[in-house]
Amino acid sequence: METLERIIAEHSFFTDLDSDFLALMVGCASNVVFKAGTYILKEGDPADTFYLIRAGKVAVEVVAPQHKPIIVSTLEEGDLLGWSWLMPPFQWKFHARAVSDVRAIALNGKCLRTKCDENHDLGYEVLKRFARIIEERLEATRLQLLDIYAVRR
Amino acid sequence: MITVAQEQHTVLQANQLEKLIEAVARQGYEILGPTVRDGAIVYDRVESAEELPTGWTDEQAPGRYRLKRRDDQAVFGYVVGPQSWKKYLHPATVQLWSAERQGGTFRILNNETPPRRPYAFLGARACELAAIAIQDRVLLEDKYRDPIYEERRSGTFVIAVQCTQAAATCFCASMGTGPRAQTGFDLALTELVSTAGHRFVVQTGSKRGAEVLSELQTAPASDADLHEAETAVDRAAGSQTRSIDTTNIKDLLYQSFEHPRWDDVAARCLSCANCTMVCPTCFCSTVEDTTDITGDHAERWRRWDSCFTQSFSYIHGGSVRASSKARYRQWMTHKLASWIDQFGTSGCVGCGRCIAWCPVGIDITEEARAIREGDNHGNS
Amino acid sequence: MNLTTTSNPMVSQPYLVRDVVKETYDTFTLTLESQNGANVFQPGQFSMLWVFGVGELPISISGPPSHHDKLVYTVRSVGQATHALVSQDAGCGVGVRGPFGTGWPVEKAKGRDVIIAAGGIGLAPLRPMIYEILGNREAYGRLVILYGARSPRDLLYRKELVAWARHRDTQVLVTVDYGGLAWRGHVGVVTTLFKYARLQPSCSTAMVCGPEIMMRFVARELEGHGLARKDIYLSMERNMKCAVGFCGHCQYGPHFICKDGPIFPYEQLRPLLEKYEL
Repeated sequence: METLERIIAEHSFFTDLDSDFLALMVGCASNVVFKAGTYILKEGDPADTFYLIRAGKVAVEVVAPQHKPIIVSTLEEGDLLGWSWLMPPFQWKFHARAVSDVRAIALNGKCLRTKCDENHDLGYEVLKRFARIIEERLEATRLQLLDIYAVRR
Repeated sequence: MITVAQEQHTVLQANQLEKLIEAVARQGYEILGPTVRDGAIVYDRVESAEELPTGWTDEQAPGRYRLKRRDDQAVFGYVVGPQSWKKYLHPATVQLWSAERQGGTFRILNNETPPRRPYAFLGARACELAAIAIQDRVLLEDKYRDPIYEERRSGTFVIAVQCTQAAATCFCASMGTGPRAQTGFDLALTELVSTAGHRFVVQTGSKRGAEVLSELQTAPASDADLHEAETAVDRAAGSQTRSIDTTNIKDLLYQSFEHPRWDDVAARCLSCANCTMVCPTCFCSTVEDTTDITGDHAERWRRWDSCFTQSFSYIHGGSVRASSKARYRQWMTHKLASWIDQFGTSGCVGCGRCIAWCPVGIDITEEARAIREGDNHGNS
Repeated sequence: MNLTTTSNPMVSQPYLVRDVVKETYDTFTLTLESQNGANVFQPGQFSMLWVFGVGELPISISGPPSHHDKLVYTVRSVGQATHALVSQDAGCGVGVRGPFGTGWPVEKAKGRDVIIAAGGIGLAPLRPMIYEILGNREAYGRLVILYGARSPRDLLYRKELVAWARHRDTQVLVTVDYGGLAWRGHVGVVTTLFKYARLQPSCSTAMVCGPEIMMRFVARELEGHGLARKDIYLSMERNMKCAVGFCGHCQYGPHFICKDGPIFPYEQLRPLLEKYEL
């Protein structure tokens, strides 16, 4: 059985991360499983954990009055779910539902936050990586906004 | 210094012009030439020398065109009017084909062009010959041939007129297209009105031209005649006040896409499309489908179009060039720059029509200068 | 061989509609057959389709290039002329001129992996290339098809997408901008599929077709993944009236989309794509 350490080390998010920092991250990590249909996180709940998806598909959703839940994006193997743990108010802004059975590594965001506060070098490395992910998602979201396939009249 | 072979040049007295027209008509041509109408010199069918604009000249300036009486009886003492020979070669409206319903489908009707006398153009300027050569390249010598242009172009007899004066709007010298016509004609006339007499120095440009000339009373051109003719044309070149510096103009315009001058001209341009209509090289067209009332007979017509119209670049619910800034930029960049990549020469022959016929007097030579001299940030 | 049997490239030839199949609520596939002659075309080329007395439209050919008895077009009904086209019954006549334009780089892609990235109706002009590859599977390397549409009900050729994925060394990834609860696939723009694609960038040729914004972002993404600009091809679109380089409408910079394109290598388009109102 693979150790958490190896799985984490091989994930693209952690490439080139200092081995001490890697050990710190492993200290905050655990293996989790979600059955299809369950909610991994819900809007409004405290955001203390984030997930590296190892297998399965997750739908990021928004609920609104008079609407069925709207899926705004899907994440799969290799994707990172959740960044609201990084900044106040540390609350989830969306739902995330397991579309299929999902295996993931849960990382304790609260614990990692404390360690980043103590060690700014670690903090910088973590923020750098999240900034890249957020940028990709923002670009993709803007493209989605454009509704490029719609027929203009 | 006489630079051309004397044997090719003869002298025709001005009063023999009528005989020239008759000789061309005898060959079966429909003669099209200049005539005064509605305050301008336009092209129309000419059956006698009396219909020519004898004693008239044109005064042109940005947004201005006026006819004025000359103090001599020069027949071709004007420069260029609002029309060009594309009126005949690439007509403004023409039927492409027609079809009729046949059950659930249709059949294309055997549209034959009605028999027509070949054209003879009387009074073609050097810039106009250059424009015809440019349209030949676009419509006959690229990937496809336009059969309508081909049919009208083939067999056309051309009597060129060398310019002995330039309008204020002319800049053919800087474009390398005139004022002297070197090729593309069957006969070329240089009109001389001087103490030595009102006459034409005639240059033959083809066998057909020589044949027509052989029916006329001519005399060999003397050294003095040739000298007077050459000087007159040189003077026309030297008197031009406008010019475009064409050095690297293609790269200059390609790199000036964001130049602030475009906003400046956009504030003036009305997108009226006059410039494209009077321009002798503009060839853009559109197609129209019509049916009769029964819906059983359909026709496809082609007519002139202009890149200045809002709908020219329309796709998917919007125009790509929605602003008049984008459209002016497209026209000028195409004319002076992209044309070179597309067809090997500039699209502009320096005739100045676009300057005279622009209602707000936009001057393409001035715009080109402003873009060259100012940088992309508006500094000059 | 040119389909126009007369020497006049502006004259249409009547073809009979064999059938009109509904693909989605607004998109239909027409199959036309000629009254005489075989139909030879390159994947990526287009025809000018004329509806009697209504008008003419440039439509990409979207059928198999190896089937010479028919011409297939997938048309989205968005206006008067497209509506008239998709409303034709079997046995009706539709005028055809063409084929026109440059095709996808069939020869250049041989021996290489091929990435096909389609957005919306853009899958239609790419389908003949997919047929070409799957019909000559040995001549090409891996095939990756990335397809994005607005929503699940806008997806074209759903059965074929499933069938294509079953071919050897072929990966088909589909995404939608807006997914309903019943949709169990990807949600997100087509660029989000790249991370799931198994690519070998140095020996890949990419062919992209879709809205211009989508093509711009996809090309950039492909370049970011290591493809050379000369190995990425885009199919451009502009207003067309003649398709033979005479009406002037389709000009894009110095290029006539109808005869210099519609397919261009990205390296040629790169300086033009970001020019607003070019």
